[in-house]
Amino acid sequence: MLEWIRGLGRSGFSFFQTLGRSNLFLLKMLAGIPSVLVRPRLLIAQLFSVGVLSLPIIVVSGAFVGMVLALQGYNTLVDFGAEESLGVVVALSIVRELGPVVTGLLFAGRAGSALTAEIGLMKATEQLAGMEMMAVDPIHRVIAPRFIAGFISMPLLAAIFSAVGIYGGYFVGVGLLGVDEGAYWAQMQSKVDLYDDVYNGVIKSVVFGFVATWIAVFEGYDTVPTSEGVSRSTTRTVVYSAFAVLGLDFVLTALMFGD
Amino acid sequence: MKQTKTTELLVGMLIAAGVAALFVLAMKVSNLSTFSAANSYTLTARFDNIGGLKVRSAVVAGGVLVGRISSIDYDNRRYEAVVVMEVDQAYDQFPDDTVASIYTAGLLGEQYVALDPGGSEELLADGSEIEFTTSALVLEKLVGKFLLNSAEGAEATEGDGP
Amino acid sequence: MQSSTEKTAINGSETLVKIRGLHYARGDRVIFDGVDLDIPRGKLTAIMGPSGSGKTTLLRLIGGQLAPDQGSIEVDGLRVHELGRTDLYGLRRRIGMLFQSGALLTDLTVFDNVAFPLREHTDLPEAMIRDLVLMKLQAVGLRGARDLQPSELSGGMARRVALARAIALDPMMIMYDEPFTGQDPISMGVLVQLIRLLNDALGLTSIIVSHDVKETAAISDYVYVISEGKVIGQGTPEALGKTDSDLVNQFMQGLPDGPVPFHYPAPDYMEDLLNA
Repeated sequence: MLEWIRGLGRSGFSFFQTLGRSNLFLLKMLAGIPSVLVRPRLLIAQLFSVGVLSLPIIVVSGAFVGMVLALQGYNTLVDFGAEESLGVVVALSIVRELGPVVTGLLFAGRAGSALTAEIGLMKATEQLAGMEMMAVDPIHRVIAPRFIAGFISMPLLAAIFSAVGIYGGYFVGVGLLGVDEGAYWAQMQSKVDLYDDVYNGVIKSVVFGFVATWIAVFEGYDTVPTSEGVSRSTTRTVVYSAFAVLGLDFVLTALMFGD
Repeated sequence: MKQTKTTELLVGMLIAAGVAALFVLAMKVSNLSTFSAANSYTLTARFDNIGGLKVRSAVVAGGVLVGRISSIDYDNRRYEAVVVMEVDQAYDQFPDDTVASIYTAGLLGEQYVALDPGGSEELLADGSEIEFTTSALVLEKLVGKFLLNSAEGAEATEGDGP
Repeated sequence: MQSSTEKTAINGSETLVKIRGLHYARGDRVIFDGVDLDIPRGKLTAIMGPSGSGKTTLLRLIGGQLAPDQGSIEVDGLRVHELGRTDLYGLRRRIGMLFQSGALLTDLTVFDNVAFPLREHTDLPEAMIRDLVLMKLQAVGLRGARDLQPSELSGGMARRVALARAIALDPMMIMYDEPFTGQDPISMGVLVQLIRLLNDALGLTSIIVSHDVKETAAISDYVYVISEGKVIGQGTPEALGKTDSDLVNQFMQGLPDGPVPFHYPAPDYMEDLLNA
């Protein structure tokens, strides 16, 4: 019994230690940002591996989410004779919620886990230590470019997801289910507000990008330098990022869309 | 670094696609294209009750969108709601006895301000106040009035009994 | 940017690294329990000992990656653990380190790996960097491998590339972390020769951490034997061969039983068998 309590205390302690480490890490990383801007090559390479390589899954998911939304939305709305409002349903769901959140989750799964594994492997093969001994700060050279790349990519990917999703909904709703084309766009345009919906959605995706990339990069840097340690860190990245994205989504939604 | 040119090209395309997507969201999806505040003039109106009217709610004349509410305030001395609206410069021919009323779109929809032009020769200018307003209908008051009326009606008919 | 620690030898003394009263523990485990070491300038010093005696940790303490709990570590007159970040980095530019695995950056070619410190820390034009890289690769015999990826190299070749990288900035000292582990006889022979040659040709100070007694003793000028957190023997390789200490002798000769026992502590054999 006592052992259990002690164990609980120890994990509580280590939780706070990790929290503290991750915040100190964040400060060091932010301090390294100016040096990245001086070497755009590094940033571009990372934007490619983090952003461009995530495009396929984002586009495909966006299309399917939009199409499914249109299908489900139509089925429900048609009972109320309100199928002309399909555009509104699809657009608001995607722009406000599904765009930022699903992109955040997919990003954490694809780009986040890749980042953790890559950095973790560099730590396990002593490349980070080697850099330190060569008087090159690995946080400035390896971590910071990846962080900025993630932070920039997320809102772009979320916007692409939303746009593709709305057109996916158009394809199913107007193309397959016979909703009036004019009604689809017109109702959407009158109900979707640039500031309340689109802008807030973008803010959400920026926040998610920040947090998901931070978690991915930190887990890689903090990993136990064995192959088992790296695989566990990679799993942790995906799980913690998912928690963070969903939790922050709730908080942000309450702040933005509550009264 | 291998394939730098291709890499740079694709990254550039990613950023362009992202920005384009944001544009599409702003222009085609949202209500940005339907009203721009660039060429507009300001009108004020005071109401007893604005109901569910919000900032950026529509200002409508003859069913057509002519402007948006820019701010809502409460005057604590005259006990009235002060609504400021931006009306498109193209529609500057409203007579100064125009009536501003708050209606609801559809049965349970959003509320908006409707401008009903009067017959005066003088026109409303930038910054002028609309004198004649009709407040929003509040459902509770309506129900209360209805109950009161039917109660009085019932009493009256009873009193007429034999 | 040059920090004050980057200028050459602040004091021209005989001892490059001076360690006094070093105490270091990781968690509950005591790794160093009062260690005194002197690394003489221009010579090849070996630090040997059984596995787990903290030899790699010692290199990290010297390089400033870890800070001692007690005691002092001075490199070229500078107290390493008290240096600020800029000064520490300035010092590190004068030290080369060879990791056990080579620690080459896997996304760069051999050429780019060796050029890395030059590109990071100097403003030299590319043409000059190219010449320097080729010279360093020539010194380790791998000039022809310059366009290979680290994944295409054998273990021994990777270590040689790492060595070329370590000497890229012409350091004053190189630290070798288990350089001979897991090498075939030919690669071993190559590395052994290279380390001694470079030390003499470039006027380096070398510290080798190893438990390969034969190879290391063959090229070292001075040897320290560390076990259980303390220095249990020191001297030239010949002197240690004639040591009085049983522990040092067991280590140097590779005897299976002695002060480090063969049997893990266990109850009496007969009793164990008879008690079903």
